[in-house]
Amino acid sequence: MAMTETPLDVAAIKKDFPLLEVEVHGKRITYLDSAATSQKPEAVLDTLDRYYRTINANVHRGVYHIAEEATQAMEAARDKVRGFIGAESAHEVIFVRNATEAINLVAHSWGRTNLREGDVVVLTQLEHHANIVPWHLLAAERGIELRWVPVTPDGQLDLGILEPLLDGARLFAFTAMSNVTGALTPVRRLVDAAHAAGALALVDACQYVPHNPTDVQSMDADFVAFSAHKLCGPTGIGALWGRAELLEAMPPFLGGGEMIRDVRLDGFTPNELPWKFEAGTPAIAEAIGFGAAVDYLDRLGMVNVRRHEMALTDYALRTLGERFGERLTIHGPSDTAVRGGVLSLALADLHPHDVAQVLDQEGVCVRAGHHCAKPLMRVLGVSATARASLYVYNDEADVDTLADALDAALDFFAL
Amino acid sequence: MPGLEDLYREIILDHYRNPRNRGELPVPPAHRAEGFNPLCGDEIVVYLLVADGVVADIRIGGQGCSISQSSASMMSSAVKGRTVEEARDLVRAFKAMMSIHESSIGGDGTEADHDGEELPEVPLGDLEALRGVVKFPVRIKCATLSWNTLVQGLDELAAESS
Ligand SMILES: Cc1ncc(COP(=O)(O)O)c(C=O)c1O
Repeated sequence: MAMTETPLDVAAIKKDFPLLEVEVHGKRITYLDSAATSQKPEAVLDTLDRYYRTINANVHRGVYHIAEEATQAMEAARDKVRGFIGAESAHEVIFVRNATEAINLVAHSWGRTNLREGDVVVLTQLEHHANIVPWHLLAAERGIELRWVPVTPDGQLDLGILEPLLDGARLFAFTAMSNVTGALTPVRRLVDAAHAAGALALVDACQYVPHNPTDVQSMDADFVAFSAHKLCGPTGIGALWGRAELLEAMPPFLGGGEMIRDVRLDGFTPNELPWKFEAGTPAIAEAIGFGAAVDYLDRLGMVNVRRHEMALTDYALRTLGERFGERLTIHGPSDTAVRGGVLSLALADLHPHDVAQVLDQEGVCVRAGHHCAKPLMRVLGVSATARASLYVYNDEADVDTLADALDAALDFFAL
Repeated sequence: MPGLEDLYREIILDHYRNPRNRGELPVPPAHRAEGFNPLCGDEIVVYLLVADGVVADIRIGGQGCSISQSSASMMSSAVKGRTVEEARDLVRAFKAMMSIHESSIGGDGTEADHDGEELPEVPLGDLEALRGVVKFPVRIKCATLSWNTLVQGLDELAAESS
């Protein structure tokens, strides 16, 4: 792991990502939608290709050579992910499809076992629908009560009434970084507050892990959920990290092969961790690609990644602010110490769809919409934003291209 | 490769900048129907005053992009003063212009209902300007939002009176 702080060589990094060579509408693509999904480096693409070409076999049951290799590669990937998030044991790293499935797993397995009518789960108004709807489903089924930590006008958590909200709660589930405002939440403080109230803490780290050095042990959380596809890895794979003793006590989520030790006519005995929660043939290639992705990020060094994004976000906030002044609103905190590289924009009174359409014509990829965070959009008083998000392969020139394209949008609609 | 001019025709931008029939109607006697575009969070409210089988008045509320807003504005001008039958014919003709592609990108639950049926000859007039939207499949739902909401409103009224 690169421990020393060295600036990222973005010109070299860009060359690692073949998609960034693509042209649309006659222009080289400017990819600013990594909060939705990141692009994939050659190292990951090669790993997927090599897996299918040389060791493709189902895992865990074959005695022949390539089945053994596939199993080892998948378990090695699990250990890489473990290291990447500072977990103690690879048995605590459960492969799931994505962060959404990770949270649903906790809601189904832990939630249905432990929550009764009237029990309280605390969420925040910053949450992605992935960390809202599973709890709504449980509320409908079990009659649990949901409470919400409010959000300030600049899109940060308002912790003024945290303690009374947590009073009597069983679980506090919150995001470590908003996918709309980029706001970073004080994870350790929130976890401590949950524990002080006797609640467990689930961290939606889907936006956090790709952009920040992560240590689940110093977070002291109970569950941490994230997806590989936002951190240079393939789609279809993600991880739930959970404290071993909690996972041990939880019933399986899905039933089938892989997750059992024994099956009889009158019942079954579940497998040990982590396979207890991994029913059926897993996403083998994707898991191995996940490992290659964290290797890639480890080589860059997550400390360097975070520094790069802070500097670039700062540049973007300054440049866009200077060029557009009052005509551009950038939601979220202005201090890059508490925000990541996610810029939700409102340009004059243009609708985000129209902005994104003109940007597309300039080869600039941004996302327009509610970003699966409708409760937060209501707090911000908008129905949609145009969101530009930054990653390791973005540089100041990309921000300048964005600014030029925003100018083109103002021109086009004659504002 | 379709260009921006295919999508944003001058008439469309005009309706966007100067929306017709914007506002509300008192409910009752008017009927209020609400439509959502789950993809982008746009919402549209259609107020319908139907008397003696005629769309006597209509107002549009809510918010959305230039395509959904201008389409709603054009829709309101096109159906105002028409009979409910004529309005429904217009919806069918408009959706036919949009629906070939709409169903191919996943549909919106309102299946094009003209399969095998003779399409009414309805001149679309200004609405023709929205034809370019089909070249931008993700924007089709923006264009059809107000029309689906109109149908929903008409259906709700029909259900009430039967
Ligand atoms: C904060 C946050 N949580 C959860 C998710 C859900 O991730 P996935 O769709 O990969 O399950 C996302 C993805 O957009 C996100 O940004």
